[in-house]
Amino acid sequence: MLRLEQLSKNFGGLPALSQVSFEVFPGQVTALIGPNGAGKSTLINCMTGVLQPSSGRVLFRGAAISSLAAHQIARCGIARTFQNLKLFPRLSVLDNVLTGLTCEAGSSMVMAMLRLPYLRHRERRLRLRALEALDRFGLGDKADWPAAVLAYGDKKRVELARATVGNPQLILLDEPVAGLNAAETAAVGEQLHLLRRAGHTLLLIEHDMDLVMKLADQVVVLDSGQKIASGTPAEVRRNPRVLEAYLGCMEATA
Amino acid sequence: MPELADFLQYSFSGLTSGAIYALIALGFCVVNNTMGIVNFVQVDFVSLGGMLMFSALFALGLPMVPGVLLAVAGVALVAMLVERFGLRPARSENPLVLIFLTVGLSIILRGLIKLVWGKNRMALPPLTPDLPLEFFGASLLPQALWILFLTLIAIVLLLWFFYRTPLGLSMRAVASNSTAAAVVGIPAGRVRLTSYAIAGALGGLAGVLVTPITTLNYDVGVLLGLKGFAAAILGGFGSFPGAILGGVGLGLLESLSAGYLSSAYKDVVAFVVLLLVLFVRPKGLLGK
Repeated sequence: MLRLEQLSKNFGGLPALSQVSFEVFPGQVTALIGPNGAGKSTLINCMTGVLQPSSGRVLFRGAAISSLAAHQIARCGIARTFQNLKLFPRLSVLDNVLTGLTCEAGSSMVMAMLRLPYLRHRERRLRLRALEALDRFGLGDKADWPAAVLAYGDKKRVELARATVGNPQLILLDEPVAGLNAAETAAVGEQLHLLRRAGHTLLLIEHDMDLVMKLADQVVVLDSGQKIASGTPAEVRRNPRVLEAYLGCMEATA
Repeated sequence: MPELADFLQYSFSGLTSGAIYALIALGFCVVNNTMGIVNFVQVDFVSLGGMLMFSALFALGLPMVPGVLLAVAGVALVAMLVERFGLRPARSENPLVLIFLTVGLSIILRGLIKLVWGKNRMALPPLTPDLPLEFFGASLLPQALWILFLTLIAIVLLLWFFYRTPLGLSMRAVASNSTAAAVVGIPAGRVRLTSYAIAGALGGLAGVLVTPITTLNYDVGVLLGLKGFAAAILGGFGSFPGAILGGVGLGLLESLSAGYLSSAYKDVVAFVVLLLVLFVRPKGLLGK
């Protein structure tokens, strides 16, 4: 579904990613792991048009998307969350989630001014879907709050609701449970399980190994901007290079 | 009670010019919120509004209502052209580059207005005949009532658009966090084009409404636009309630100081108060 071919990204002369290639298969959960600074967020930023790759290609369902602008990539059906939250702080929680339906809402000025009945009907349906998404993440009672005043865990869940509400074909999740407590992590994990069961394709960046091992069909390991391993969770867990680069140090500190 | 009549008279005229400043200030805010720049072409949208109204009435012979609609829509269209062909080809996100482009485009547009309509002062008739109404000894011009009424309508429409339509939501999203807006699929180009159209309509409406009271010439918008800019800063640049409060506040200050102190100092008083407010609240009255 999504294929990366020899993707590289340099900041100044500094290589952040070099020649990374892998594929995300439809209906699967692909986990991207690696120590801090390995280039995981850079990779996801290159896929979504937030950064332009220095070389290499990103193919989504066979079409190159690496030269498209961020909003065009979103319109292809790729949604994402951010490691360090990118909500609309001044908008209400419900409006934040509604922006996740932008691609379906249509946004012609003339149409907006005309207020045709079928448009109003469609807007009501979109609002209902946004409210349902908030309910799924347990935020239904906070729909009218400004996003800025929410607790950190709630903000993360608003971002998840925004990323999933439009039924995108591919959802990129950048550390969805980082900074959450055990109960919140379990709740988000439950939602991710449901998404997988519903047939969604996910690319998951996560440090929480329990979650990765339980959820992922395929694990890709990055270290210092290079792919050092990929395979099923069990294979990756046994790979000596991975143990050395990542799991080893995790277990040593744990 | 002549004191009451005087006070009412000054307040009405302050409210009237305040409404015009508020319209212009809102235009500045709309563009600032979506693009993060000061759009100096805003001042010429005001002049152009008056000019198009003049041509609609005297060249096309239209009645008042279609004339107003045509003038406002015409300025909105010109504003869209300014964004699409004046700013977007720069392909720049740098606010300084864009702001200087608006300065240049403002000079070009003013030159074009001078070329088309000439340098002479012209007179635009008021929307309805000038028969002053008496109110507790103060006399009210019908045009002043039209200004207040249509400004109110424009503000209601603006708020309805921003808070009740999907495109309005997109515009608020871009204002709140432009990276996140791009990633959920909001096209930045369309949002910028829309913000220019709205800024043009607001400036054009201000021009149509105010030029029957002032006079009409190719740079009438410059001083008015500067006051509108000051009003936007006074209220907190970017804030809609701030722009309205700043506009009305500045208008009242000017008119009351002209009435009770000296009309020679009305601009001085207004701008001194602006400076004092900014010393105490650098982000303006309602700025965040």
